[in-house]
Amino acid sequence: MGIIAREYRHMDDFYREYILDYYRNPRNRGVIEAPDYTYEDSNPLCGDEIRMDLRVRDGVVEEVKFSGRGCAISQASASMLTEMVEGRPLEEVKQISKEDMLETLGITLTPVRVKCALLGLKVLKSSIYGLPVPDEDEP
Amino acid sequence: MTETITDTRALDAQAVRRDFPILQQETNGKRLVYLDSGATSQKPSAVIEALDEYYRTYNANVHRGVYRISELASERYEKSRVKVQRFVNARSSREIIFTANVTASLNMVAYTWGRANVSRDDVIVFTEMEHHSNIVPWQILSGMTGARLEFIHVTDDGYLNEEDVERALELRPKLLAVTAVSNVLGTINPIKELVARFHEVGTTVVVDAAQAVPHMPVDVREWDADFVGFTAHKMLGPTGLGVLCGRRELLEAMPPFMGGGDMIREVHLDRTRYNELPWKFEAGTPNIAGVIGLGVAVDYLSELGMDRVRAHERELVAYAMEQLAEVPDLRLFGPPPKDHGAAVSFTLADIHPHDLAHILDQENVCVRAGHHCAQPLMERYDIAATTRASFYIYNDRDDVDALVEALHKARKIFML
Ligand SMILES: Cc1ncc(COP(=O)(O)O)c(C=O)c1O
Repeated sequence: MGIIAREYRHMDDFYREYILDYYRNPRNRGVIEAPDYTYEDSNPLCGDEIRMDLRVRDGVVEEVKFSGRGCAISQASASMLTEMVEGRPLEEVKQISKEDMLETLGITLTPVRVKCALLGLKVLKSSIYGLPVPDEDEP
Repeated sequence: MTETITDTRALDAQAVRRDFPILQQETNGKRLVYLDSGATSQKPSAVIEALDEYYRTYNANVHRGVYRISELASERYEKSRVKVQRFVNARSSREIIFTANVTASLNMVAYTWGRANVSRDDVIVFTEMEHHSNIVPWQILSGMTGARLEFIHVTDDGYLNEEDVERALELRPKLLAVTAVSNVLGTINPIKELVARFHEVGTTVVVDAAQAVPHMPVDVREWDADFVGFTAHKMLGPTGLGVLCGRRELLEAMPPFMGGGDMIREVHLDRTRYNELPWKFEAGTPNIAGVIGLGVAVDYLSELGMDRVRAHERELVAYAMEQLAEVPDLRLFGPPPKDHGAAVSFTLADIHPHDLAHILDQENVCVRAGHHCAQPLMERYDIAATTRASFYIYNDRDDVDALVEALHKARKIFML
């Protein structure tokens, strides 16, 4: 039971108020007409879908929108991610790590749900590189 | 569909529960409320012990050795086939073919019977409520042969659309693929009636009975379908084992699926004479322990009595649907309890099923969330996913109550 008990330790503060707020009132939800960068992907396990659209000027992310559907964790973290990248140089956006994303999300996730939280970041990076990037949590 | 329950002694779920080691454990002081038997059932001690006994005391290949333990393994393996035959009332044990799972059973029909019998001018019909394993093989077959695909859609309350059935009959399709019980909506389809109607226009009928054989009396002779597939792990048996029950004349006429050991009578460098049924379709070393385990699972179910299993689940599903309907913002799918198998799907307000399943898991309630390998059905109801509770012989009203209580907790967490 040890392993199971450990994973469940942080469950109580999983669905914090701000996560639900991002889920129900997402920032930067929508699509960009003729975006400079766009990508769409899904999490085959649970069917969460995310699309990211970016408009970039002089190497800086001027506008970013996300769309799709899925669980609270995937949708809230995608929305938070758009806020993280808006107005930042593309080169900096490329450096955003899994740890950065999880820290911003601010909750401890079980391994399965980490995939939900990182889907937005995966799609964002795929859009910039123009090709699918490996899962952020793959070793 | 009308049912006559002949055995009226109620099933004692408490007693049944004691036979399942996994259900004895607790996590954080909470008992395991397992409501995902639609995905795979739990296994009673008798089945687990039968696997153990085989590997410990008579592990040997079948149909080969002349020594004692090999003979014993062969004997138990073939005895299981007879048990399965009797369980579904097939005409002969030669009509019972062991496969890897029901997916393999359905694919076998597509690749052997399908490739030999379906051609460009033919129509293949399946329903909107099929599991992907009863959709994709027919799409592949259509791709290989050029046959056209047609569909029977479902109504808002989860029944097959009668107008589509009539339209399909007019097309005189070569093949109808239909599930006996929907793994998402729970709908029990009128198989006997469908088979009779489609046989009249010359259609071969394949039935996916994965959600029927574990849960209700199934008589394949009464159904009269041409092929019936089911899977051991949903009926107390081990994983990695399925059954294809086929009409003998069709199986005799069909080319083999895979070539190799066991499926041959004699092999020369340039030609082979195939083995008789059912071994013609069982190439290579089979899942020996699995088959023996399935035999024990079938004994266990027979002892309970499938009439009682159905009565128990029907009562439990009626109770569950009634209780779930009381939860605010909960949307139930599928037909009313009288036509409803063991699976109940629902959505709750704007809580995504994965979040919901996650919260329920904190209460040690195991449910399935997602598209349940039935994406066309999700599209039909314009939803991304559902949460599904599915019941079996070891579940009782306490499990339903635990589910409902956990749903109220989820509403609170989501501030509804
Ligand atoms: C109706 C139905 N058909 C087919 C399957 C596939 O079963 P298996 O994975 O054992 O082949 C399932 C189970 O997931 C099912 O519920």
